[in-house]
Amino acid sequence: MLHKKDKKMEVSAIENGTVIDHIPAKVLFKVIAILGLDHIDKPITFGTNLDSKKLGKKAIIKLSETFFIDKDINKIALVAPQAKLNIIKDYTVVEKKVVEVPDEIIGIAKCVNPKCITNNEKIVTKFQVISKREVQLRCHYCEKITNQENIVII
Amino acid sequence: MKNKSLVSITDYSKNEYLKIISIADEFEKQSVQPIMQGKVVANLFFEPSTRTRLSFESAVNRLGGRVIGFSDTLSSSVTKGETLYDTIKIVSSYCDLIVMRHPLEGSARFASELTTVPLINAGDGANQHPTQTLLDLYSIYKTQGTLENLTVFIVGDLKYGRTVHSLLMALSQFKTTFHFISPDELKMPDEYKFYLHRLGLDYYERKELASGVEKADIIYMTRVQKERFSDPIEYEKTKNAYVLRNKMLAGTKDNLKVLHPLPRVSEIEQDVDLNPKAYYFEQARNGVYVRQAIISAILGLK
Ligand SMILES: [Zn+2]
Repeated sequence: MLHKKDKKMEVSAIENGTVIDHIPAKVLFKVIAILGLDHIDKPITFGTNLDSKKLGKKAIIKLSETFFIDKDINKIALVAPQAKLNIIKDYTVVEKKVVEVPDEIIGIAKCVNPKCITNNEKIVTKFQVISKREVQLRCHYCEKITNQENIVII
Repeated sequence: MKNKSLVSITDYSKNEYLKIISIADEFEKQSVQPIMQGKVVANLFFEPSTRTRLSFESAVNRLGGRVIGFSDTLSSSVTKGETLYDTIKIVSSYCDLIVMRHPLEGSARFASELTTVPLINAGDGANQHPTQTLLDLYSIYKTQGTLENLTVFIVGDLKYGRTVHSLLMALSQFKTTFHFISPDELKMPDEYKFYLHRLGLDYYERKELASGVEKADIIYMTRVQKERFSDPIEYEKTKNAYVLRNKMLAGTKDNLKVLHPLPRVSEIEQDVDLNPKAYYFEQARNGVYVRQAIISAILGLK
């Protein structure tokens, strides 16, 4: 359980929007890139290197007036499979969501195979997700498998 | 199969394999059939592969079609930095079918999704070479009279050999029992073994070739290449263990045939060549009939 002091620091309330919690601290910037948060003009608050029993160090993102469709938010499952979303309306959590790795990944990740055409010509990558628990991606083009530990976000 | 590109062996179904085999059989009986008149095939070889290219050219010629293209990138616009995307977009409008060989893996899938005409993958790096697999299937069918329930020994480099992996995927549709014979460093990757396991097919793994081949209907030999070994001493120690010698064929089944995708280095002794069980040279000749069959099926001519 969080101490009272931490709690105050982490939950500076937003009126309407989305809170993404339980992001491993080391992938915060990947999550920012995947969701394209650098192009959003609404207020965003980031917290990182916060203590977490489950993740060691975690990060949290609070986005005012911003909501995601499942298809978009599920993309972060590649790097933050335990991420949790709180949808806030009028200072109240109206919905909680977990992310799920989609069946197909388009763009986002790089193929692990240096001899793959996608690493040599300007091509949007495409993968079939063949395992979701320990994420494994099969490249649509070269058919090689990229494992979780080798996933590089473009 | 009309207009259906052939990029990976798994793009075609079991029935489509059998259809290709039966058309190839027609071409073996009557190879010159000018049914392709007025059709143009673009042979795009982004890396040299003389045998494969000539085999396709011979197939098109016997069908009465025309071939355009290039046999390496030195003389083509590719050296001027043109992207594969642009090359394929342009060539698509010049021909009825593209045959492509390219050193990068996945290039064939990418190109097949850009073209307006069908494409045959003649090898994309270490990934796929499906016409080789279909000619292997044809050779097995011809020598055994069936593809069902055979016992197939695959010998040599089972880790990196793309022909071996494609052959496994194709044969697994026919309830094959596999025997994998390789050094530890070059064993069949787990993903293929899991695949066979899921299909409920038996497979056996061994390090020795010297004995135990009595059960084989087919022995499929491959090259064991020095550069695949992390330790050159290990290569020197193991290379002779995967050489097939004529005396090893004593006591094997009458219907046994020895196959090899060629070129061989030293993995089949020359004394095997005279044994009627050696089939690798006929296997290479089958390549033309099988490519005639694939081309005419894709163009909807058969
Ligand atoms: Zn790839």
